[in-house]
Amino acid sequence: MTARRLKLGAQAAAVAVVAGLLAILGWRLSHQGNGGVARAVAHGKRPVAPGFVLPSLYGKGDVRLTSLRGKVVVLNFWASWCAPCKQEAPHFESASKRYASRGVVVIGVDVNDFTGDAKHFARRYGVTYPLLHDGSGKTLGPYGVSLLPETFVIDRGGRVLDDRVPGELTGAQLDASIRRALRS
Amino acid sequence: MRRLLPALLAALALAAPALASERHPTLAQLESRIMCPICHTTLDQSDSPIARRMKAFISQRIAAGDSMSQIEDKLVAQFGPAVLASPSRRGFNLLVWVLPPVGIVLAAIVLGVFAFRWSRSREPATAAGPPLDPELERRLDEELARFDH
Repeated sequence: MTARRLKLGAQAAAVAVVAGLLAILGWRLSHQGNGGVARAVAHGKRPVAPGFVLPSLYGKGDVRLTSLRGKVVVLNFWASWCAPCKQEAPHFESASKRYASRGVVVIGVDVNDFTGDAKHFARRYGVTYPLLHDGSGKTLGPYGVSLLPETFVIDRGGRVLDDRVPGELTGAQLDASIRRALRS
Repeated sequence: MRRLLPALLAALALAAPALASERHPTLAQLESRIMCPICHTTLDQSDSPIARRMKAFISQRIAAGDSMSQIEDKLVAQFGPAVLASPSRRGFNLLVWVLPPVGIVLAAIVLGVFAFRWSRSREPATAAGPPLDPELERRLDEELARFDH
């Protein structure tokens, strides 16, 4: 009788372990993003921008994306080691000044980078708009960013515009996206 | 004590190089322990811009006299814990190091218990079989004796 109980217990434990592993697999598959915002936008959708809380590059507290709801947000993913990011930086700086009075906020998310390098980059290229640091790159997955730079324009309702241009943006492309977001 | 002595000497022989590499790590040692955050390989297998930058940072910190743990801690502060190729042996991550050997030991115990019970359950069946017919036993002995000759 004891042997039978022991056998049943072992079988139940084995089934529980397999069920647990399957649950972990299911959770992982349902949370891996499937290309994130970039993929949805490429299919003509306007998904809600995934929220995040990231620290300021300069240690001035955290910024929560949802706290910017009601404003047009230009979200630029960049890094100091990314060559095209150097070409783009002046466009974002210019747009942040020109559109500030119309409720547009430019946010730079520095990913997979040394904070010291990012600060040096900001000084060198005269960046004054808010810069956040995401060293581990945890925001890249939900937004579907695989290469830098990458920019998303988010309207006042928190939805991402579907006219995303992958890679480096020109000043004209950035202007057009911001104007469209202001109209929507 | 005589049996313990070789084990102690072996432990000391292994501990000395480990301590030396902790205090004075080389770039090659750290390159195999640190992940490139964008290519998801260790630094020694990557030549991406950030991997090159991280290698330069590590070289600077080695030159400054940092230990392996200090350099790893600085990289974790910048890039998060996933920058380590193998999880740290602290906090929750300790489970990753403890669970596999514990699992192997438990599995060995369970297998041992089952094997023991299985062998025990077979013994009575052999010992308590029905007695042979005396005539049959005599004939069997004769046959076996003839077979031996």
